[in-house]
Amino acid sequence: MTGFAKGSLVRVKSYFPPCPPAHCRTPFYIRGCVGKIERICGAFENPEELAFGRIGGDKKVLYRVRFSQSDIWGDYEGSKNDQIDIELYDFWLENLEEERKK
Amino acid sequence: MTTEPHDHEHMHEYDSQHHHPHRDDQDDTITYYRLMESAVRDLLIEKKIINADQIRDQIEKMDARIPANGAKIVARAWSDTDYKKRLINDPKSAVAELGHDIGPLNLIVLENTESVHNVVVCTLCSCYPRWILGLPPDWYKSREYRSRVVREPRKVLEEFGTLIDNQREVRVHDSTADMRYLVLPKRPDGTEELSEEDLVPLIGRDALIGVVEVKAP
Repeated sequence: MTGFAKGSLVRVKSYFPPCPPAHCRTPFYIRGCVGKIERICGAFENPEELAFGRIGGDKKVLYRVRFSQSDIWGDYEGSKNDQIDIELYDFWLENLEEERKK
Repeated sequence: MTTEPHDHEHMHEYDSQHHHPHRDDQDDTITYYRLMESAVRDLLIEKKIINADQIRDQIEKMDARIPANGAKIVARAWSDTDYKKRLINDPKSAVAELGHDIGPLNLIVLENTESVHNVVVCTLCSCYPRWILGLPPDWYKSREYRSRVVREPRKVLEEFGTLIDNQREVRVHDSTADMRYLVLPKRPDGTEELSEEDLVPLIGRDALIGVVEVKAP
């Protein structure tokens, strides 16, 4: 299984996938946000394909990514420590590890 | 946010001819999706893929799943530290020990601690650990809860009567894909002497979603 290690810095892609309105599991509010891999959940069939009855395709790795609330919402009212954990598929994530090293 | 379980004012507006509240007759026009559900069901039965007994059996199984199942899991974890470890490290097998088969889904158990309070939402629809807790409450599926609890969780929790100290992190879990979540609430002070059996009735559904904390009796 390739992909991101626990703790890796990632950015959620902000594009809309080039397909018809899909059963997409990436909510709009998290697109473009930067977070860290909290855990690897395993590999599952892609819900964006399953929604069209295309069963048996390649499995995609699902991650749980942790975001800081104040990074998501500029005007977040609450504690600076507050966070959101959310499940995201690998093809929605961009690796920021290289950028972090620079 | 409506948190009152008995929010049904219209039920009391009955007229002189009806001396008790009644539910509306469901003789309205059949909608596209109702018709489709009925057609698919009839076809599945006609083609002998499933039969009416199997459908009824599944409905009965769903109805038998109630939040008390989750309460029993939590009470066991509070009373048995080895079980608690298993529940956090391998939730699927740990709930199977108590007779709950969650099928192909995965469960993540979120432990509330002195430093973290967890709350669960499915912003996209209504994902919920139905195999353990049964059907989700209506407010969990409402657009209001789904949109607000990620944006202003502390305010939403306050509306449920839950005040979380600013020193304690509020962690929202958005259940967007293949995982399902169960909150393991903090055992309240003053319950040290209670048996596992006596703890069960203290643990309500809302505490397992994370919108309230469990209180001592």
